[in-house]
Amino acid sequence: MRPFRLHEPTTVQEAASALADAGGGAALYAGGTELLLAMKSGLLAYDTLINVKSISGLDAIAADGNSIVIGASATHSAVEHDPLVRDRLPLLSEVEHGVANLRVRNVGTLAGNLCFAEPHSDPATLLLVYEAELDVAGPSGSRRIAVGDLQTGSYETSLGPDELLTAVRVPAFQAGVRAAYSKFGYHHRPTLGIAAALAVEDGVVADARLALGCVSPVARRLSRSEDVLRGERIDALTEGASALREVSRLASEDADAVEDMHGGVDYKEHLVRVFMERTLLRALAKNGGGDA
Amino acid sequence: MPDAQETLAIAFELNSAPIEATVEPQTPLIDLLRERFGLTGTKRSCDVQVCGACTVLLDGAPVSSCTVPAFEARGRVVLTVEGFAADEGSSPLIEAFVNNAAFQCGFCTPGMLLAAKSLLDADPSPSEEAIKDYMRGNVCRCTGYKKIVEAVHEAAEASR
Ligand SMILES: Cc1cc2nc3c(=O)[nH]c(=O)nc-3n(C[C@H](O)[C@H](O)[C@H](O)COP(=O)(O)OP(=O)(O)OC[C@H]3O[C@@H](n4cnc5c(N)ncnc54)[C@H](O)[C@@H]3O)c2cc1C
Ligand code: FES
Ligand code: FES
Repeated sequence: MRPFRLHEPTTVQEAASALADAGGGAALYAGGTELLLAMKSGLLAYDTLINVKSISGLDAIAADGNSIVIGASATHSAVEHDPLVRDRLPLLSEVEHGVANLRVRNVGTLAGNLCFAEPHSDPATLLLVYEAELDVAGPSGSRRIAVGDLQTGSYETSLGPDELLTAVRVPAFQAGVRAAYSKFGYHHRPTLGIAAALAVEDGVVADARLALGCVSPVARRLSRSEDVLRGERIDALTEGASALREVSRLASEDADAVEDMHGGVDYKEHLVRVFMERTLLRALAKNGGGDA
Repeated sequence: MPDAQETLAIAFELNSAPIEATVEPQTPLIDLLRERFGLTGTKRSCDVQVCGACTVLLDGAPVSSCTVPAFEARGRVVLTVEGFAADEGSSPLIEAFVNNAAFQCGFCTPGMLLAAKSLLDADPSPSEEAIKDYMRGNVCRCTGYKKIVEAVHEAAEASR
Protein backbone atom coordinates (compact mmCIF):
# COMPACT_ATOMS: atom_id res chain seq x y z
CA MET A 1 0.00 0.00 0.00
CA ARG A 2 1.22 3.51 -0.77
CA PRO A 3 2.43 5.22 2.42
CA PHE A 4 0.09 7.66 4.14
CA ARG A 5 0.20 9.92 7.14
CA LEU A 6 -2.14 9.53 10.08
CA HIS A 7 -3.93 12.54 11.48
CA GLU A 8 -5.67 12.09 14.80
CA PRO A 9 -7.99 14.97 15.64
CA THR A 10 -9.70 15.00 19.01
CA THR A 11 -12.67 17.19 18.02
CA VAL A 12 -15.16 17.22 15.16
CA GLN A 13 -14.11 20.79 14.31
CA GLU A 14 -10.48 19.77 14.03
CA ALA A 15 -11.41 16.86 11.74
CA ALA A 16 -13.51 19.12 9.49
CA SER A 17 -10.71 21.71 9.27
CA ALA A 18 -8.19 19.00 8.45
CA LEU A 19 -10.46 17.77 5.63
CA ALA A 20 -10.86 21.32 4.32
CA ASP A 21 -7.11 22.02 4.49
CA ALA A 22 -6.23 18.79 2.69
CA GLY A 23 -8.33 19.72 -0.33
CA GLY A 24 -9.06 16.14 -1.38
CA GLY A 25 -5.71 14.67 -0.35
CA ALA A 26 -7.16 13.23 2.86
CA ALA A 27 -9.91 10.78 3.72
CA LEU A 28 -11.74 9.98 6.91
CA TYR A 29 -10.74 6.62 8.35
CA ALA A 30 -12.98 4.78 10.83
CA GLY A 31 -12.65 0.98 10.77
CA GLY A 32 -10.88 1.00 7.43
CA THR A 33 -12.67 -2.19 6.38
CA GLU A 34 -13.57 -0.56 3.04
CA LEU A 35 -11.07 2.25 2.77
CA LEU A 36 -7.96 0.14 3.39
CA LEU A 37 -9.09 -2.54 0.91
CA ALA A 38 -9.53 0.14 -1.76
CA MET A 39 -6.11 1.57 -0.88
CA LYS A 40 -4.43 -1.85 -0.85
CA SER A 41 -5.74 -2.56 -4.33
CA GLY A 42 -4.62 0.88 -5.54
CA LEU A 43 -8.20 1.95 -6.34
CA LEU A 44 -7.89 4.91 -3.96
CA ALA A 45 -4.83 6.79 -2.72
CA TYR A 46 -4.61 9.45 -0.04
CA ASP A 47 -1.65 11.27 1.51
CA THR A 48 -3.41 11.46 4.87
CA LEU A 49 -6.02 9.46 6.73
CA ILE A 50 -7.98 11.30 9.41
CA ASN A 51 -8.88 8.95 12.22
CA VAL A 52 -12.53 9.37 13.20
CA LYS A 53 -11.97 7.15 16.28
CA SER A 54 -9.61 9.65 17.91
CA ILE A 55 -12.47 12.20 18.18
CA SER A 56 -13.61 11.96 21.77
CA GLY A 57 -17.15 10.82 22.48
CA LEU A 58 -18.01 9.65 18.95
CA ASP A 59 -18.26 6.02 20.02
CA ALA A 60 -21.21 6.77 22.31
CA ILE A 61 -24.65 5.21 21.90
CA ALA A 62 -27.29 7.08 23.91
CA ALA A 63 -31.01 7.76 24.09
CA ASP A 64 -32.40 11.17 23.10
CA GLY A 65 -36.15 11.15 23.63
CA ASN A 66 -37.62 8.44 21.42
CA SER A 67 -34.40 8.10 19.39
CA ILE A 68 -31.18 6.22 19.91
CA VAL A 69 -28.20 8.30 18.84
CA ILE A 70 -25.33 6.20 17.51
CA GLY A 71 -21.96 7.96 17.29
CA ALA A 72 -19.94 7.72 14.09
CA SER A 73 -17.21 5.52 15.52
CA ALA A 74 -19.57 2.88 16.96
CA THR A 75 -18.79 -0.46 15.32
CA HIS A 76 -21.42 -2.83 13.97
CA SER A 77 -20.67 -5.12 16.96
CA ALA A 78 -21.09 -2.26 19.44
CA VAL A 79 -24.46 -1.37 17.90
CA GLU A 80 -25.59 -5.00 17.79
CA HIS A 81 -24.82 -5.63 21.47
CA ASP A 82 -25.74 -2.25 22.92
CA PRO A 83 -28.46 -2.72 25.60
CA LEU A 84 -30.45 0.32 24.45
CA VAL A 85 -30.39 -0.83 20.84
CA ARG A 86 -31.42 -4.36 21.79
CA ASP A 87 -34.25 -3.04 23.91
CA ARG A 88 -35.61 -0.22 21.72
CA LEU A 89 -34.38 -1.16 18.22
CA PRO A 90 -34.26 -4.96 18.27
CA LEU A 91 -34.55 -5.21 14.48
CA LEU A 92 -31.49 -2.98 14.04
CA SER A 93 -29.57 -5.25 16.44
CA GLU A 94 -30.67 -8.31 14.44
CA VAL A 95 -29.70 -6.75 11.11
CA GLU A 96 -26.32 -5.59 12.43
CA HIS A 97 -25.63 -9.18 13.47
CA GLY A 98 -26.16 -10.24 9.86
CA VAL A 99 -23.71 -7.70 8.39
CA ALA A 100 -20.48 -9.14 6.97
CA ASN A 101 -18.53 -11.43 9.30
CA LEU A 102 -17.59 -11.08 12.95
CA ARG A 103 -14.14 -9.61 12.27
CA VAL A 104 -15.55 -6.92 9.97
CA ARG A 105 -18.30 -6.15 12.50
CA ASN A 106 -15.74 -5.81 15.29
CA VAL A 107 -13.88 -3.11 13.38
CA GLY A 108 -16.22 -1.57 10.78
CA THR A 109 -18.62 1.18 11.77
CA LEU A 110 -22.26 1.81 10.93
CA ALA A 111 -21.35 5.36 9.83
CA GLY A 112 -18.55 4.06 7.59
CA ASN A 113 -20.99 1.64 5.97
CA LEU A 114 -23.39 4.49 5.14
CA CYS A 115 -20.68 6.94 4.02
CA PHE A 116 -18.97 4.45 1.71
CA ALA A 117 -22.31 4.35 -0.15
CA GLU A 118 -21.71 0.89 -1.58
CA PRO A 119 -25.05 -0.07 -3.16
CA HIS A 120 -25.23 -3.41 -1.32
CA SER A 121 -25.78 -2.23 2.26
CA ASP A 122 -28.12 -3.73 4.85
CA PRO A 123 -28.30 -0.75 7.23
CA ALA A 124 -28.81 1.79 4.42
CA THR A 125 -31.98 -0.12 3.50
CA LEU A 126 -33.22 -0.84 7.02
CA LEU A 127 -32.71 2.72 8.30
CA LEU A 128 -35.15 4.00 5.65
CA VAL A 129 -38.06 2.32 7.43
CA TYR A 130 -36.88 3.62 10.80
CA GLU A 131 -36.83 7.09 9.16
CA ALA A 132 -33.43 7.66 10.72
CA GLU A 133 -31.66 11.01 10.55
CA LEU A 134 -27.98 11.83 10.27
CA ASP A 135 -25.99 14.55 12.00
CA VAL A 136 -23.43 16.01 9.62
CA ALA A 137 -20.73 18.47 10.69
CA GLY A 138 -18.49 20.78 8.68
CA PRO A 139 -16.14 23.67 9.47
CA SER A 140 -19.04 26.12 9.68
CA GLY A 141 -21.43 24.09 11.81
CA SER A 142 -23.70 21.10 11.66
CA ARG A 143 -26.91 20.06 9.92
CA ARG A 144 -29.35 17.18 10.12
CA ILE A 145 -30.50 15.21 7.08
CA ALA A 146 -32.81 12.29 6.44
CA VAL A 147 -30.90 9.04 5.97
CA GLY A 148 -32.41 8.80 2.48
CA ASP A 149 -30.74 12.07 1.51
CA LEU A 150 -27.20 10.81 2.15
CA GLN A 151 -26.57 8.51 -0.77
CA THR A 152 -26.81 10.04 -4.24
CA GLY A 153 -25.41 7.15 -6.29
CA SER A 154 -22.98 4.25 -6.29
CA TYR A 155 -20.21 5.29 -3.88
CA GLU A 156 -21.57 8.87 -3.95
CA THR A 157 -23.00 10.93 -1.11
CA SER A 158 -24.30 14.43 -0.57
CA LEU A 159 -21.59 15.15 2.02
CA GLY A 160 -19.36 18.13 1.22
CA PRO A 161 -15.62 17.48 0.89
CA ASP A 162 -15.04 18.98 4.35
CA GLU A 163 -18.02 17.35 6.08
CA LEU A 164 -18.26 14.29 8.27
CA LEU A 165 -21.09 12.22 9.62
CA THR A 166 -21.08 12.47 13.40
CA ALA A 167 -24.14 10.48 14.46
CA VAL A 168 -26.99 8.28 13.23
CA ARG A 169 -30.28 9.05 15.00
CA VAL A 170 -32.75 6.18 14.93
CA PRO A 171 -36.29 6.68 16.31
CA ALA A 172 -37.85 3.56 17.81
CA PHE A 173 -40.99 2.30 16.10
CA GLN A 174 -44.22 3.19 17.85
CA ALA A 175 -45.95 0.46 19.86
CA GLY A 176 -47.80 -2.06 17.71
CA VAL A 177 -45.44 -1.87 14.74
CA ARG A 178 -44.55 -5.24 13.23
CA ALA A 179 -41.28 -5.14 11.36
CA ALA A 180 -38.96 -7.53 9.55
CA TYR A 181 -35.86 -7.43 7.35
CA SER A 182 -34.80 -9.98 4.73
CA LYS A 183 -31.50 -10.29 2.98
CA PHE A 184 -30.48 -12.70 0.26
CA GLY A 185 -27.29 -13.39 -1.62
CA TYR A 186 -24.29 -15.59 -2.23
CA HIS A 187 -21.62 -12.88 -2.34
CA HIS A 188 -19.97 -11.20 0.63
CA ARG A 189 -22.42 -8.35 0.42
CA PRO A 190 -26.17 -8.86 0.03
CA THR A 191 -27.82 -9.13 -3.41
CA LEU A 192 -31.12 -7.95 -2.01
CA GLY A 193 -32.39 -6.31 1.17
CA ILE A 194 -36.02 -5.62 2.04
CA ALA A 195 -37.31 -3.90 5.16
CA ALA A 196 -40.95 -3.70 6.20
CA ALA A 197 -42.57 -1.94 9.16
CA LEU A 198 -46.33 -2.14 9.53
CA ALA A 199 -48.33 -0.20 12.11
CA VAL A 200 -51.39 -2.29 12.90
CA GLU A 201 -54.46 -0.84 14.61
CA ASP A 202 -57.64 -2.84 15.24
CA GLY A 203 -56.50 -5.53 12.81
CA VAL A 204 -55.93 -3.02 10.01
CA VAL A 205 -52.66 -1.75 8.52
CA ALA A 206 -52.73 1.87 9.66
CA ASP A 207 -49.34 2.71 8.21
CA ALA A 208 -46.77 0.90 6.12
CA ARG A 209 -43.11 1.60 5.48
CA LEU A 210 -41.30 -0.53 2.92
CA ALA A 211 -37.72 -0.17 1.73
CA LEU A 212 -35.77 -2.01 -0.92
CA GLY A 213 -31.99 -2.01 -1.31
CA CYS A 214 -29.02 -3.60 -3.08
CA VAL A 215 -30.77 -4.32 -6.41
CA SER A 216 -30.16 -0.76 -7.61
CA PRO A 217 -27.46 1.82 -6.80
CA VAL A 218 -29.45 3.55 -4.04
CA ALA A 219 -31.91 2.02 -1.55
CA ARG A 220 -35.43 3.43 -1.75
CA ARG A 221 -38.84 3.54 -0.08
CA LEU A 222 -41.65 1.92 -2.11
CA SER A 223 -44.52 4.37 -1.83
CA ARG A 224 -46.88 2.68 -4.32
CA SER A 225 -46.55 -0.62 -2.47
CA GLU A 226 -47.02 1.14 0.87
CA ASP A 227 -50.24 2.74 -0.42
CA VAL A 228 -51.70 -0.66 -1.34
CA LEU A 229 -51.08 -1.98 2.17
CA ARG A 230 -52.61 0.95 4.07
CA GLY A 231 -56.16 0.08 5.14
CA GLU A 232 -55.82 -3.64 4.43
CA ARG A 233 -57.17 -6.02 7.07
CA ILE A 234 -54.27 -8.12 8.29
CA ASP A 235 -56.26 -11.36 8.54
CA ALA A 236 -56.72 -11.14 4.76
CA LEU A 237 -52.99 -10.76 4.18
CA THR A 238 -52.15 -14.45 3.97
CA GLU A 239 -49.82 -16.31 1.62
CA GLY A 240 -50.78 -15.62 -1.98
CA ALA A 241 -53.35 -12.91 -1.08
CA SER A 242 -54.04 -10.65 -4.03
CA ALA A 243 -53.02 -7.52 -2.10
CA LEU A 244 -49.62 -9.09 -1.31
CA ARG A 245 -49.21 -10.07 -4.97
CA GLU A 246 -49.98 -6.50 -5.98
CA VAL A 247 -47.56 -5.04 -3.42
CA SER A 248 -44.82 -7.37 -4.67
CA ARG A 249 -45.53 -6.64 -8.33
CA LEU A 250 -45.36 -2.87 -7.75
CA ALA A 251 -42.17 -3.30 -5.73
CA SER A 252 -40.43 -5.11 -8.58
CA GLU A 253 -41.64 -2.43 -11.03
CA ASP A 254 -40.37 0.38 -8.81
CA ALA A 255 -37.07 -1.35 -8.05
CA ASP A 256 -35.20 0.11 -11.03
CA ALA A 257 -33.03 -2.99 -10.74
CA VAL A 258 -29.70 -2.86 -12.54
CA GLU A 259 -27.48 -5.68 -13.72
CA ASP A 260 -24.24 -6.16 -11.79
CA MET A 261 -22.05 -9.02 -10.55
CA HIS A 262 -24.96 -10.14 -8.34
CA GLY A 263 -27.22 -10.85 -11.34
CA GLY A 264 -29.39 -9.52 -14.15
CA VAL A 265 -32.50 -7.36 -14.02
CA ASP A 266 -35.05 -10.20 -14.46
CA TYR A 267 -33.42 -12.22 -11.72
CA LYS A 268 -33.44 -9.31 -9.29
CA GLU A 269 -37.05 -8.42 -10.07
CA HIS A 270 -37.99 -12.03 -9.38
CA LEU A 271 -36.13 -11.91 -6.05
CA VAL A 272 -37.95 -8.70 -5.13
CA ARG A 273 -41.38 -10.31 -5.77
CA VAL A 274 -40.54 -13.45 -3.78
CA PHE A 275 -38.88 -11.70 -0.85
CA MET A 276 -41.37 -8.85 -0.59
CA GLU A 277 -44.20 -11.28 0.10
CA ARG A 278 -42.07 -13.35 2.49
CA THR A 279 -40.89 -10.27 4.40
CA LEU A 280 -44.44 -8.99 4.83
CA LEU A 281 -45.62 -12.39 6.05
CA ARG A 282 -42.74 -12.53 8.53
CA ALA A 283 -43.53 -9.04 9.80
CA LEU A 284 -47.23 -9.84 10.14
CA ALA A 285 -46.47 -13.06 12.02
CA LYS A 286 -44.94 -10.98 14.83
CA ASN A 287 -48.38 -10.54 16.29
CA GLY A 288 -47.06 -9.85 19.75
CA GLY A 289 -46.06 -6.45 18.43
CA GLY A 290 -42.51 -5.17 18.72
CA ASP A 291 -40.09 -4.98 15.91
CA ALA A 292 -38.03 -8.17 16.04
CA MET B 1 2.78 11.38 -1.53
CA PRO B 2 3.99 12.43 1.94
CA ASP B 3 7.57 13.75 1.67
CA ALA B 4 9.03 11.74 4.54
CA GLN B 5 7.62 8.44 5.73
CA GLU B 6 5.91 8.95 9.04
CA THR B 7 6.58 6.41 11.78
CA LEU B 8 4.60 5.80 14.93
CA ALA B 9 6.01 4.49 18.21
CA ILE B 10 3.50 2.10 19.73
CA ALA B 11 3.34 0.02 22.88
CA PHE B 12 0.97 -2.86 23.49
CA GLU B 13 0.65 -6.27 25.11
CA LEU B 14 1.53 -9.13 22.78
CA ASN B 15 0.90 -12.69 24.00
CA SER B 16 1.04 -11.57 27.65
CA ALA B 17 4.28 -9.58 27.31
CA PRO B 18 4.54 -5.78 27.06
CA ILE B 19 6.24 -4.75 23.82
CA GLU B 20 7.21 -1.59 21.95
CA ALA B 21 7.57 -1.14 18.23
CA THR B 22 7.90 1.50 15.55
CA VAL B 23 5.48 1.14 12.65
CA GLU B 24 4.49 3.03 9.54
CA PRO B 25 0.78 3.98 9.45
CA GLN B 26 0.07 1.69 6.48
CA THR B 27 1.71 -1.40 8.00
CA PRO B 28 -0.94 -4.07 8.60
CA LEU B 29 -0.83 -5.84 11.94
CA ILE B 30 0.01 -9.18 10.29
CA ASP B 31 3.29 -7.81 8.90
CA LEU B 32 4.37 -6.59 12.32
CA LEU B 33 3.54 -9.98 13.84
CA ARG B 34 5.11 -12.17 11.18
CA GLU B 35 8.04 -10.09 9.98
CA ARG B 36 9.13 -8.18 13.06
CA PHE B 37 8.24 -10.70 15.75
CA GLY B 38 8.51 -13.94 13.75
CA LEU B 39 5.02 -15.02 14.80
CA THR B 40 4.30 -16.94 11.61
CA GLY B 41 1.33 -18.85 13.05
CA THR B 42 -0.84 -16.00 11.77
CA LYS B 43 -1.56 -16.75 8.10
CA ARG B 44 -2.36 -14.47 5.21
CA SER B 45 -4.64 -15.87 2.55
CA CYS B 46 -7.39 -13.72 0.99
CA ASP B 47 -6.03 -10.37 2.27
CA VAL B 48 -9.57 -8.91 2.10
CA GLN B 49 -11.11 -9.87 5.49
CA VAL B 50 -13.09 -12.81 4.13
CA CYS B 51 -11.25 -16.02 5.05
CA GLY B 52 -10.13 -15.58 8.67
CA ALA B 53 -6.71 -17.24 8.27
CA CYS B 54 -5.19 -14.04 9.67
CA THR B 55 -7.50 -13.91 12.72
CA VAL B 56 -5.93 -12.56 15.91
CA LEU B 57 -7.69 -11.41 19.06
CA LEU B 58 -7.55 -7.68 19.78
CA ASP B 59 -8.76 -7.06 23.32
CA GLY B 60 -10.29 -10.53 23.09
CA ALA B 61 -12.25 -9.87 19.88
CA PRO B 62 -11.40 -11.51 16.54
CA VAL B 63 -10.10 -9.11 13.87
CA SER B 64 -8.49 -9.58 10.45
CA SER B 65 -4.81 -8.75 10.93
CA CYS B 66 -4.35 -8.65 7.13
CA THR B 67 -6.21 -5.33 7.08
CA VAL B 68 -6.23 -3.84 10.58
CA PRO B 69 -3.26 -1.45 10.78
CA ALA B 70 -0.58 -2.29 13.34
CA PHE B 71 -0.98 1.10 15.04
CA GLU B 72 -4.49 0.05 16.12
CA ALA B 73 -2.83 -2.27 18.65
CA ARG B 74 -1.64 0.77 20.64
CA GLY B 75 -2.40 0.33 24.32
CA ARG B 76 -4.36 -2.85 23.65
CA VAL B 77 -3.95 -6.59 24.08
CA VAL B 78 -3.08 -8.81 21.09
CA LEU B 79 -3.27 -12.59 21.21
CA THR B 80 -1.89 -14.74 18.38
CA VAL B 81 -2.03 -18.51 18.08
CA GLU B 82 1.44 -18.73 19.66
CA GLY B 83 0.21 -16.99 22.81
CA PHE B 84 -2.93 -19.11 22.73
CA ALA B 85 -0.90 -22.34 22.51
CA ALA B 86 1.33 -21.31 25.41
CA ASP B 87 -1.69 -20.90 27.68
CA GLU B 88 -2.67 -24.02 29.67
CA GLY B 89 -6.30 -23.01 29.47
CA SER B 90 -6.17 -23.68 25.73
CA SER B 91 -5.58 -27.42 26.01
CA PRO B 92 -9.26 -28.47 25.78
CA LEU B 93 -9.61 -26.73 22.41
CA ILE B 94 -6.26 -27.97 21.09
CA GLU B 95 -6.98 -31.54 22.19
CA ALA B 96 -10.50 -31.44 20.78
CA PHE B 97 -9.18 -30.27 17.40
CA VAL B 98 -6.68 -33.16 17.39
CA ASN B 99 -9.17 -35.78 18.64
CA ASN B 100 -11.74 -34.78 16.03
CA ALA B 101 -9.26 -34.34 13.16
CA ALA B 102 -10.63 -30.83 12.80
CA PHE B 103 -7.92 -29.87 10.31
CA GLN B 104 -6.16 -31.30 7.30
CA CYS B 105 -3.71 -28.82 5.77
CA GLY B 106 -3.98 -26.69 8.91
CA PHE B 107 -3.82 -23.31 7.18
CA CYS B 108 -7.14 -22.15 8.66
CA THR B 109 -6.46 -23.70 12.08
CA PRO B 110 -4.79 -20.78 13.90
CA GLY B 111 -7.73 -18.55 12.97
CA MET B 112 -10.26 -21.25 13.81
CA LEU B 113 -8.72 -21.80 17.26
CA LEU B 114 -8.70 -18.10 18.08
CA ALA B 115 -12.28 -17.62 16.87
CA ALA B 116 -13.32 -20.65 18.93
CA LYS B 117 -11.52 -19.32 22.00
CA SER B 118 -13.25 -15.98 21.69
CA LEU B 119 -16.62 -17.74 21.37
CA LEU B 120 -16.05 -19.98 24.41
CA ASP B 121 -14.80 -17.03 26.48
CA ALA B 122 -18.14 -15.29 25.82
CA ASP B 123 -20.37 -18.39 25.85
CA PRO B 124 -18.89 -21.47 27.58
CA SER B 125 -21.64 -23.83 26.35
CA PRO B 126 -22.73 -22.69 22.89
CA SER B 127 -25.35 -24.58 20.90
CA GLU B 128 -24.39 -26.06 17.53
CA GLU B 129 -26.23 -23.16 15.90
CA ALA B 130 -24.27 -20.63 17.95
CA ILE B 131 -20.96 -22.27 16.99
CA LYS B 132 -21.85 -22.21 13.29
CA ASP B 133 -23.05 -18.65 13.49
CA TYR B 134 -19.98 -17.40 15.34
CA MET B 135 -17.46 -19.22 13.17
CA ARG B 136 -19.11 -18.61 9.81
CA GLY B 137 -16.55 -15.97 8.87
CA ASN B 138 -13.67 -18.46 9.15
CA VAL B 139 -13.25 -20.41 5.94
CA CYS B 140 -11.82 -23.93 5.73
CA ARG B 141 -11.15 -25.49 2.32
CA CYS B 142 -10.39 -28.99 3.64
CA THR B 143 -12.55 -30.30 6.46
CA GLY B 144 -16.11 -29.48 5.46
CA TYR B 145 -16.59 -27.78 8.87
CA LYS B 146 -18.44 -30.65 10.57
CA LYS B 147 -15.38 -31.77 12.51
CA ILE B 148 -14.54 -28.21 13.48
CA VAL B 149 -18.01 -27.66 14.91
CA GLU B 150 -17.77 -30.99 16.75
CA ALA B 151 -14.34 -30.08 18.15
CA VAL B 152 -15.57 -26.75 19.51
CA HIS B 153 -18.57 -28.50 21.03
CA GLU B 154 -16.33 -31.16 22.63
CA ALA B 155 -13.94 -28.53 24.02
CA ALA B 156 -16.87 -26.73 25.60
CA GLU B 157 -18.03 -29.98 27.23
CA ALA B 158 -14.49 -30.80 28.41
CA SER B 159 -14.08 -27.39 30.05
CA ARG B 160 -17.23 -27.76 32.08
C1 LIG C 1 -16.00 -9.07 3.76
C2 LIG C 1 -17.01 -7.98 3.92
C3 LIG C 1 -18.36 -8.29 3.98
C4 LIG C 1 -19.31 -7.28 4.12
N1 LIG C 1 -20.62 -7.63 4.20
C5 LIG C 1 -21.56 -6.66 4.36
C6 LIG C 1 -22.93 -6.99 4.47
O1 LIG C 1 -23.33 -8.16 4.47
N2 LIG C 1 -23.83 -5.98 4.60
C7 LIG C 1 -23.44 -4.67 4.64
O2 LIG C 1 -24.28 -3.80 4.78
N3 LIG C 1 -22.14 -4.32 4.57
C8 LIG C 1 -21.20 -5.30 4.42
N4 LIG C 1 -19.87 -4.95 4.36
C9 LIG C 1 -19.50 -3.53 4.49
C10 LIG C 1 -19.15 -3.14 5.93
O3 LIG C 1 -20.32 -2.89 6.64
C11 LIG C 1 -18.31 -1.91 5.84
O4 LIG C 1 -17.06 -2.34 5.37
C12 LIG C 1 -18.07 -1.15 7.13
O5 LIG C 1 -19.22 -0.85 7.84
C13 LIG C 1 -17.38 0.16 6.80
O6 LIG C 1 -17.09 0.85 8.01
P1 LIG C 1 -15.60 1.33 8.35
O7 LIG C 1 -15.70 2.00 9.67
O8 LIG C 1 -14.65 0.22 8.21
O9 LIG C 1 -15.39 2.39 7.18
P2 LIG C 1 -14.02 2.91 6.52
O10 LIG C 1 -13.48 1.87 5.62
O11 LIG C 1 -13.13 3.47 7.56
O12 LIG C 1 -14.62 4.08 5.67
C14 LIG C 1 -15.51 3.84 4.60
C15 LIG C 1 -15.79 5.15 3.85
O13 LIG C 1 -16.55 6.04 4.65
C16 LIG C 1 -15.84 7.25 4.90
N5 LIG C 1 -16.12 7.59 6.29
C17 LIG C 1 -15.88 6.83 7.39
N6 LIG C 1 -16.37 7.44 8.50
C18 LIG C 1 -16.94 8.60 8.08
C19 LIG C 1 -17.65 9.65 8.74
N7 LIG C 1 -17.85 9.64 10.07
N8 LIG C 1 -18.11 10.68 7.99
C20 LIG C 1 -17.92 10.71 6.64
N9 LIG C 1 -17.27 9.74 5.97
C21 LIG C 1 -16.79 8.69 6.68
C22 LIG C 1 -14.39 6.93 4.60
O14 LIG C 1 -13.67 8.08 4.19
C23 LIG C 1 -14.52 5.91 3.48
O15 LIG C 1 -14.76 6.55 2.25
C24 LIG C 1 -18.90 -5.93 4.20
C25 LIG C 1 -17.54 -5.61 4.15
C26 LIG C 1 -16.59 -6.61 4.00
C27 LIG C 1 -15.15 -6.23 3.95
S1 FES D 1 -6.14 -13.08 5.07
FE1 FES D 1 -7.19 -11.77 6.42
S2 FES D 1 -9.22 -12.49 6.32
FE2 FES D 1 -8.23 -13.63 4.76
S1 FES E 1 -7.61 -27.52 7.23
FE1 FES E 1 -7.04 -26.83 5.27
S2 FES E 1 -8.11 -24.96 5.12
FE2 FES E 1 -8.89 -25.77 6.94
